[in-house]
Parts: sequence; C-alpha cells; structure tokens
Amino acid sequence: MNAPLLDPAAPAASPAPAALTAIEPEPGWRAAAQRCAAVAAQFADAVDSEARFPVEAFAALKHERLLSAMVPTACGGAGLSLADVGAICETLAQGCASTAMIYAMHQIQVACIDEHGGASPWHRQLLAQLSEHQWLFASATSEETIGGNMRTSACAVELDGARFRIEKLAPTISYGAHADAILVTARRTAESAAADQVLIVALREKTLLEHRGVWDSMGMRGTCSEGFRLVATGLAEQILPTPFADIADQTMLPVSHTLWASVWTGVAADAVNRAKAFFRAQARSKPGSVPPAGMRLAQAVGLLQMMQARLQVALDAARAAHAARLNESQADAPLAAMLGFASDMNTLKTSISSTALDVVQEVLMICGMAGYKNGTPYSVGRHLRDLYSAPLMINNDRIAQNTASLLLAQRPAAPGRA
Amino acid sequence: MKTALRRILSESARLDVSPDSLADDADLYAAGLSSLATVHLMLAIEDEFGVEIPDRMLTRRLFSSIDSMAAAVTELQQAKAA
Repeated sequence: MNAPLLDPAAPAASPAPAALTAIEPEPGWRAAAQRCAAVAAQFADAVDSEARFPVEAFAALKHERLLSAMVPTACGGAGLSLADVGAICETLAQGCASTAMIYAMHQIQVACIDEHGGASPWHRQLLAQLSEHQWLFASATSEETIGGNMRTSACAVELDGARFRIEKLAPTISYGAHADAILVTARRTAESAAADQVLIVALREKTLLEHRGVWDSMGMRGTCSEGFRLVATGLAEQILPTPFADIADQTMLPVSHTLWASVWTGVAADAVNRAKAFFRAQARSKPGSVPPAGMRLAQAVGLLQMMQARLQVALDAARAAHAARLNESQADAPLAAMLGFASDMNTLKTSISSTALDVVQEVLMICGMAGYKNGTPYSVGRHLRDLYSAPLMINNDRIAQNTASLLLAQRPAAPGRA
Repeated sequence: MKTALRRILSESARLDVSPDSLADDADLYAAGLSSLATVHLMLAIEDEFGVEIPDRMLTRRLFSSIDSMAAAVTELQQAKAA
C-alpha cells in the first residue's frame, strides 16, 4: 500500500557481484514483531481472564515503534506495505489474539487516514504525531438504533463555522478507553441522508467518553470493546475530505479483511504449533508407531497452508486494486473489476474466519484433554473462544448475501460475446 | 425511457431520496447509490430494455445519472437494431 521499507542493511548500489550476497538479513520489523509477540504471549492468559487491555504488549509495540509501521516514512513511520503489516498481525496473533486484533484495527485507521487524508495538512500532521508519540487509533462506526450496518449513520456532524461537534451512541468502540484518537462516522450534516457519511478524527483531549456497557465476552476479551456515549469537538479540518462510502469500499473494507484474516491465520498457526508439539511428545512416548491423531494433524496443516495461500492471493489483489486506483479515473474504472475485488475480499473474510475455527477444532481433537484444559502447553480453549468472534465481526451470513449480489455482476466470459 | 429508468431506480436502487425528485443529470452516487445497488440496477435495466450491457460500458460513470443510463440504453438499442 505504501512504499516498501527501505532496508538500511541492503547494500546501496554495490558494484559487487550479487551471487551469494543476495540473501538479505531479516528485516528489523520482523524481529521487533517477534519480540512483541513474546511479551503478548506472556500476558495473554491474564489479559483473557481479566478482560483487560494488553498494556504490556502495547508498551512493547510502542517501544519498538510498530504503531507507526504503516505510516509513510515522510511522516516519520516505517512505510511498510499492507502485506508486511499483515505479517506483523499474524506474528502477534501467535502470542495473543486480542493484542493482534487491536493492532490490526489500529492499522486500519492509519490506512484510512493515509489514503484519504494524505493531501490534508491536518491529517499529515496527525500521522507525524502518531509516529512521534506512538498513538493508538480506534474507531466508532457502529451506532445504536442502526445496528451493524456501518454504511448508515443516525448522528450528524454539527458544524459551527470552523468547528464541529458530534454526539454518538456507540454500542462498541474497541479499546476506546485506551485510544489517543477515534475515527467516527456521522452524517455529513443534520439534513444529510443516512448513507451520506463522513469520517472524522476525534482527538482524545477533545472527546468525552461515557461508559454505557461492559465487555464481558466469550473471547477477544482484551479488546475491551465497550459501549460508549461519545461527544467529540474539534476543527472542521479533522473531517476526512473523501466521502465515507469511498473510504469504506476502497480502504477500510479491504484492509480490515486482509488484516483480520492475518490475525485469524496467526491464531490458527499457534494452535497448530501446539498440536505438532503434542503429537511429537506422543510419538516420543511410543517409539516406532504413529499416534492416531496423525491424520488430523496432516489435515490441520493442510488447511492452515490453504489459509496462508488464500491470504497471499488477497494481498496481491489488494495491491493490484490499489495500483489500478492510482492509475485511472474512478468514474471510468471497469465496474466488473471493482465488484470482483469486493467479492474477493468478502470470500477471504468468510472463508478464513470459518477455516480458522475448523483448524483449531482439529487441534483440540489432537491434543484431547490437554488441549481442553487451561494452563497446559497444549491448551487451545482461548484460541477457540477468540476465533468464535471471527464469523461474527461483520456477520458471515450478511457478507455471503452481499457476495451473492456482487456475483450477479460477474458474467462468465463466453466465446463470441462482447 | 427516463420514466422507466426512474421506476427502476425506485424499485432497485434504494436511494436516500425519491427518484422523482431527481433531475436527469443529478449525481446518483450523491443520492446514495451504492456499488451493490448498481448491480441490481444493471440487471433491471437489462431486463426492462432487452439489452445486455457489455463489460466495456460497465463503469461507475454509466450509473452516475439518469441521463448517462438513458444514453447507454439508446446506444445499445441502436446497436441491436442495426
């Protein structure tokens, strides 16, 4: 999505022959992500049982400057691509799913600001401040009385000259109480239609958050996705210039689905690692025979590899769609390609979310009671509970229905037809 | 034709405003036309006018106003008659 990270260790236009020197060292951000994942893993059970924000993991992420990973280098960030940030999400998810999901949601907000506020001085300054202070951004797209459809709002921006005010009853703002800024959707004006929305960056110090509910959930307990009454004020410049409908289609949905899929793939990968360890220990105790769970492990590994390959395809498609958007006018872009991309992102989300659960179910069968019990090296209860959120975060049934509509626009190419 | 297009809009586009209140050149995206709704709009136009919109004509611009949809239908009908 952005320029790839310049690897400071790469030789600069070296005249030396490329042979044997071509193996680049691991990029620094990968090792940093692994260090953060280790911290996240250490506190994952506490975060889960206490349903608290993963403070230790986020202290580590800030220390490693990974909150600005996707911010362009010109604004002080690392300028990593979507694929790189996906890799960070996957790594973090192997330690703690809540940490990884919060990190993914933060990056989604960064992507929206970078893509659609890039030309606005206020938003560029915001990204520079994010890099400097390692700020954490959250979002408030859902609204009471509206339900889960983020593409309509009841609340509206109240403009008074150069200043705005919004008041929103949000059934969930994930980690809202821990965020330095919250991106809020609202109708453009009090007279605007429900779908004529804008996205506003509400800064912490100018935002009142009043708790309206607790987050005591089955899984993803560390995301602290509590309900709030939000009242934000600020300058009109804080409103992103692009209509929210375009931000959602072009950036928020594709980035959400790819980064969420990265998180779920990471959770499944950690579970499979536990199954492999269990299987090895089992085989060791009875040398010469393959334990009965072997076939299930082979199945789980195969499914995980399919998830990883599917994710790769989606990241490639996202990169291509982004490049196409920069190269041609939106009005004349082929609609079939845009709708095809949208359905591709939809099926990514539905298939990875359900397959991740299938994989961990297999792992549970492999590890048996050791997997069912909490506090063993093979426990996967938390993995399962965390992953049960995956088909629900934008309900898979709703997405499948939307995909079916999109598929109506895809006509198979038939010979002899225009 | 524009009367038929307005009827189709009210049946399949789920706009924020009544299509009858829209000028022929009004921006339908500004009136709340979503990319998903364009799919249903496309199918309804094809059914109503007995045409098939080729991929090369399928752009956001095609559905941007009643005028642009009418022009496309006219073009396709003429091509069919020729």
